[in-house]
Amino acid sequence: MSLRTMRAPRARRTPRATGRPGAPDSASGGPGTPATARATRAGRRGEGAWGWLFVSPMVLVLGLFLVLPILMALWVSLLRWNGQSNPFSGQADFVGLDNYRALLTEDGLDRTLFATALRNNAYYVLLTVPLQTVLALGLALVVNQKVLRGRGALRTAFFFPSVTSSIAVSTVFLFLFQGSGAVNSLLSWIGVKGPNWFADPRGVLSLILGGLGIVDPEHPSGVLADHSFMGLPWFEWLSGPSVAMCTIILLSVWTTSGTFMLIFLAALQDIPRELEEAAALEGADRRQLLRYVTLPALRPVLFLVLTLGLISTWQVFDQVYVMGQGAPGNTTLTPAFLSYSAGFDNADFGQGAAIAFILLALILCLTAFQRWALRERGARTRRNR
Amino acid sequence: MVTRTAVAALATCAALLAATGCSSNFDDSKEPAQDKAAKQNLTVLIATSGDAETGAVKAAAAAYAKKSGNTVTVEVAKDMNQQLAQAFAGHKPPDVFYVNSDQFANYAKGGSLYPYGDQISDADDFSQQLRSSFSYDGKLVCLPKDTSTLGLAINTDLWAKAGLTEKDYPKTWEDLRTVAGKLTRDGVTGLVTSDEYQRLGVFMKQAGGWVTDADQKTMTADSPENAEGLSFVQSLLKSGSMKFAKNVDTSWGGEALGKGKAAMTIEGNWLDGGMKLDYPDVKYAVAPLPAGPAGQGTLAFSNCWGVAADSAHREASVDLVKTLTSADQQLAFADAFGVMPSRTSALATYAQQFPAAKAWVDGSAYAQGPVTIAGFDKVLSQFNTELQSLRTADPKKILADLQRNGEQAIAKGN
Repeated sequence: MSLRTMRAPRARRTPRATGRPGAPDSASGGPGTPATARATRAGRRGEGAWGWLFVSPMVLVLGLFLVLPILMALWVSLLRWNGQSNPFSGQADFVGLDNYRALLTEDGLDRTLFATALRNNAYYVLLTVPLQTVLALGLALVVNQKVLRGRGALRTAFFFPSVTSSIAVSTVFLFLFQGSGAVNSLLSWIGVKGPNWFADPRGVLSLILGGLGIVDPEHPSGVLADHSFMGLPWFEWLSGPSVAMCTIILLSVWTTSGTFMLIFLAALQDIPRELEEAAALEGADRRQLLRYVTLPALRPVLFLVLTLGLISTWQVFDQVYVMGQGAPGNTTLTPAFLSYSAGFDNADFGQGAAIAFILLALILCLTAFQRWALRERGARTRRNR
Repeated sequence: MVTRTAVAALATCAALLAATGCSSNFDDSKEPAQDKAAKQNLTVLIATSGDAETGAVKAAAAAYAKKSGNTVTVEVAKDMNQQLAQAFAGHKPPDVFYVNSDQFANYAKGGSLYPYGDQISDADDFSQQLRSSFSYDGKLVCLPKDTSTLGLAINTDLWAKAGLTEKDYPKTWEDLRTVAGKLTRDGVTGLVTSDEYQRLGVFMKQAGGWVTDADQKTMTADSPENAEGLSFVQSLLKSGSMKFAKNVDTSWGGEALGKGKAAMTIEGNWLDGGMKLDYPDVKYAVAPLPAGPAGQGTLAFSNCWGVAADSAHREASVDLVKTLTSADQQLAFADAFGVMPSRTSALATYAQQFPAAKAWVDGSAYAQGPVTIAGFDKVLSQFNTELQSLRTADPKKILADLQRNGEQAIAKGN
């Protein structure tokens, strides 16, 4: 079944006549003559009312289940609320920005935990997003080859991890990466003694530095140990993802690259053949074709994939919940899980909400930065996407 | 354009207010109206350890229902903390439920528990440590469901193979060090236990220390006694005669004992059921934990039977709890899923019925109850996190962190 559905888009594809990839559609709704303008405006007003009427179910649903809860959570983040009273009746203490202060400026356990969670998640994002994007692009390029045999089967195989429940995959990974599990048995065949993956809190970077003899990971000293930022010594910030976190990174790269492969594949098939043919006529070899034709044409999709990746990796929760709940040594703690645990384990829902809003702000900032970094440059200024 | 935005904003605000006002579950009334009907419907929420426990609680509830004429529905929670938190927030909690000692103080502080301790005429029958763990503001809030203490479980085959006899069961820390060293060889580690204060805390207790003072008002974590206890553990870890369960590829001490990876472990009476189920052929004995510089010490664990402050059936609920914590019922539970009765009177009978559990029963005389301070969950889990690296870390630093984090949490709670 999947073979057929995977092949269908290509069969239906019709060669496009002309047009640069990603060029905006012709401008719609150009200005009319003054005589018709008034009539149009009146008609538009009627249309507007009808429009609101038609979208009102969705607006209601979104408002009730999305906007309202977000605003309620924003209010809760300003309270010290234990979850056992009505947060809107004044029974919970209003503490202003105290929850945010405890997380960002006040020295204490809350800030240390939050900083640790941010550190872990930053390394997770830094590794997962590029890896999954490159892997997805690579896979898409491979299965887009017309000469490749068994393309349908490959596409299905690559896409399969994405349709499997993340909880199930996480559980399987737990077994694979046990100290005496399948992965370590495989490694032992080539003479490598694998670590006890999920019980290993040592940071990968600190292991490398320790291996090079620059730092002693067990007794850090000097500048790195003496200075700290947000309650966490520099050494901790720089220690890199732990071995356990690397396993989670591997898992998420493996599960998500299939989805993004599909997105890339769709975009690849939208690149007009004529462009490639023209480039080939100009004497471009395969690498130049990829560099100067394919990749520029994929830019909007690349932005989409990076943005989706960035957002979902900053919100990683289910893998952490199943695989470690922060263990070992708080190295798989992430802000999303910390928010959950602040609410449900520590009965401090205000702080949980505050964590969620800081995370939201962080994601918005990073996405804005990414948009800026991936903007169109040079003389060919086009209308913004 | 500006007016349209303003209108939209106003409409949104009005809608939000309406929606907030209409949500009936946020309706607060100080005292819930009590149901006066002759027959009442009670719901009980439990976090079960397995089918045996679920079955035993259901049977007990059914027996009570038959006797009293009320109906009782027993539900099993998937994620107790989350389900209870949501139920409390929605003011629709179950009438009777298990309260984990980690969460007890949070719920008691939030006023979600109906303190029924003063209605129990024979409350003195429950052990003093557990009663103080489940008291808030000096009032006994809920009755301990059962109790468990820690003992030293020994794999008797491995013990004999190392040339040791029953006389060699360790009485002191030095004995423990010696036998652990002798037992460690060929893939067997002398002592294996979990890397958490719920096990390692016994050494702090045996050295004469503990996390807090007796009435849980001040932190006493950074005491020299605690440091002595953890340093002793550290010396065992460094010598290789003691390892944490995760380092020998097991999830807890019982698994290490059953798989023959550990000759000794520190576990409570739940070990019995686990061994019977997973490793029925492994022979083991339970000895009291060795005494430290300050004498014997162990830890006691328990849940309590909470009655919801929001319950409309408080009287019937307390009645149900009285039945569930009666001496006979506790003995029935002990028989069904291997917990120890929390009543001193029932404990004596239990000791006669299960002579193999003598070390655990005796332990309850000198056991330390769980820490129950509001907002302490994260403090203690941070302590556990730091204990994971006890082999290489400085025990004094770990305890200083615990002291600081605990003091902050206590200050925030008051």
